[in-house]
Amino acid sequence: MLDATTKEIKERASGGVINPAKTCQPIGAMYAALGIHGCLPHSHGSQGCCSFHRMHLTRHFRDPIMASTSSFTEGASVFGGGANLKTAIKTIFQVYNPDIIAVHTTCLTETIGDDIPNIIKTSEIPEGKMVIHTNTPSYVGSHVTGFSNMTKSMVNYFAEATTPLKKEQVNIIPGFVNPGDMREIKRLTRLMNAPYIMFPDTSGVVDSPMTGEFQMYPKGGTTQPELIDTGNSKLTIALGRFASSDAAEQLDKKCKVPAVTLKAPIGIKATDALLMTLRRAFVSDVPYELEEERGQLVDIMTDTHFHFHGKKVAIFGDPDIVTGITEFVMSLGMIPVHVLTGTPGGAVGSVVGSFEEDIKELVDQAGLKANIKAAGDLFTLHQWIKNEPVDLLIGNTYGKYIARAEDLPFVRVGFPVMDRSVHSYMPIVGYRGAMRLIEMISGALLDRQDRDAADEDFELVM
Amino acid sequence: MRQVAIYGKGGIGKSTTTQNTVAALAEAGKHIMVVGCDPKADSTRLLLGGLCQKTVLDTLRDEGDDIDLEDILKNGFKDTRCVESGGPEPGVGCAGRGIITSINMLESLGAYTPDLDYVFYDVLGDVVCGGFAMPIREGKAEEIYIVGSGELMALYAANNISKGIQKYATTGKVRLGGIICNSRKADNEYELVKAFAEELGSQMIHFVPRDNIVQRAEINKKTVIDFDPTAGQADEYRALAKAIDGNDMFVIPKPMTQDRLEEVMMKHGFLDAI
Repeated sequence: MLDATTKEIKERASGGVINPAKTCQPIGAMYAALGIHGCLPHSHGSQGCCSFHRMHLTRHFRDPIMASTSSFTEGASVFGGGANLKTAIKTIFQVYNPDIIAVHTTCLTETIGDDIPNIIKTSEIPEGKMVIHTNTPSYVGSHVTGFSNMTKSMVNYFAEATTPLKKEQVNIIPGFVNPGDMREIKRLTRLMNAPYIMFPDTSGVVDSPMTGEFQMYPKGGTTQPELIDTGNSKLTIALGRFASSDAAEQLDKKCKVPAVTLKAPIGIKATDALLMTLRRAFVSDVPYELEEERGQLVDIMTDTHFHFHGKKVAIFGDPDIVTGITEFVMSLGMIPVHVLTGTPGGAVGSVVGSFEEDIKELVDQAGLKANIKAAGDLFTLHQWIKNEPVDLLIGNTYGKYIARAEDLPFVRVGFPVMDRSVHSYMPIVGYRGAMRLIEMISGALLDRQDRDAADEDFELVM
Repeated sequence: MRQVAIYGKGGIGKSTTTQNTVAALAEAGKHIMVVGCDPKADSTRLLLGGLCQKTVLDTLRDEGDDIDLEDILKNGFKDTRCVESGGPEPGVGCAGRGIITSINMLESLGAYTPDLDYVFYDVLGDVVCGGFAMPIREGKAEEIYIVGSGELMALYAANNISKGIQKYATTGKVRLGGIICNSRKADNEYELVKAFAEELGSQMIHFVPRDNIVQRAEINKKTVIDFDPTAGQADEYRALAKAIDGNDMFVIPKPMTQDRLEEVMMKHGFLDAI
């Protein structure tokens, strides 16, 4: 497998992509919409789009993902999807009865130029129900862009500044992370005594418990009153520039809620930054419980330092996650040699900056050099690895082919992870998430050492 | 079967010229199908005597995929077969996709029968997107006529359409058959359009003079050939039909730069007139 990947890197004049390191915008929009309580994501386009997006999410979370579609036919593509969407909205409220429908577009409906807000305005929407929308052409950005767009739309449709003074509460936009991560970020915020609204919040939705009863709309998700109240918070913390900062900036513009954009809290440094920001905003002390966790993490990092010190690593995935992981592996003494994301550096009109500059700054500070690329693909990553071999690969499931071809230890992190389970329940954020990452990384490296050890070098204690 | 596509600037008289030419060919005993590729669906009105033709896409919308050929194909003047592709209402959907859909539909319904001598595609204005190039894609029309006049904007549009033809011609069989001058009584029009056509490497296949009988016939929902077969204008269309029928000059056009186009215009149009 992947035997045809050449070591020699040729510039691809066609601009073609081989083995992409990203997926469609609507997947991100669908995932974000699931983070609203009682919300049914709706894909405005052909059935195949919706099926693929649901399937991809279902495979990652191992929970059935609910979403509806406008079911375009050839006629709908010619005459516009107005009639389909209106009928869909009517039927969905009659049959599936969500509180909110979150419509996102697809490449087809973007290209024929369907005017979604106008169609929504002329649709029959029952009293007390809501239909929101976002535009998600997949020929722009990636699934991270789609997540960002839907989150921004939540601000556009819901957020309101209704109180004269801002409330002592913080909005937290967690970014495109697992529900396990969202739970951990909420736990940290609670421990910091900061009242919060997290949006979107997919915990309790895509990781809902087995109760023996099917629930179309599980208990989790940000509620509509909470989404409205985000306009009254005194601060928004956006975790990850690519997935979260657009919505935070929009909240600042619309409701004058100041925004702070931090890195996704992966590793000790980024988690410190989150807690310090909360401490400053809410004048609270960091509780002993968190000091203890941090101390444990530092202890582990010291104890196991020799497992990973000086090891070379290649990292790929979504920009916010990759940035966090890169910073963390460097604090473990590892050397990031290849760092790549499939998401382009910054979508048109978005406030997010350059992934490449961010990573370059990180490795420059450590006096290192790395191959860094945004809008890259896994073929490029594989070629880089052939030219400069590494000891470890970190990324989503799609990395397994490279790991197999190059016989590399492989740690699965990010989205999607479709060939392992439980990961979406477990955090990689916060101090405990960092401990988990260390467990995964050193486990992978030591398993490899065991596998390759001669009998006389096979150690009981490592 | 010769398949012919007619292009030209909006409002230049493509539909009128096409239908009159088709009427003249039909009168000469040819079997013809006219496919209107314009969302306005006004390409067969004169042949059908004003009969409001139900378009392919309207039928598709109302009846679903289960359509019979007779639902969308109506016989008009001298048994010319008339089809309107139709399209979405202005401002929504995708008219280009509509043309692709309806031409595919015609093919699968077997509208292209071997007894046809001609298929004419009357395409709206400009080749704005892939859908409007459908009639000149592989296996469809191989000859194109551009309707123009001595006005700069009409020639500008014709030059632009030539660029589209050139692109398709280099990979396929489509060729430019000539420029049809539909006179607007611009200065020195005959010489100008002739020079323009020759500069493109093509020919002015016929100069159709301006005559109000065309408007009178249109008000009566007829082609001139049908309305007054003895009129001089009817003979003009017969001459055009004959020229197309006997045409053997099919070229890959050489579109001009904007500057060159204006030079030609100055030299043959205005300067001679002054």
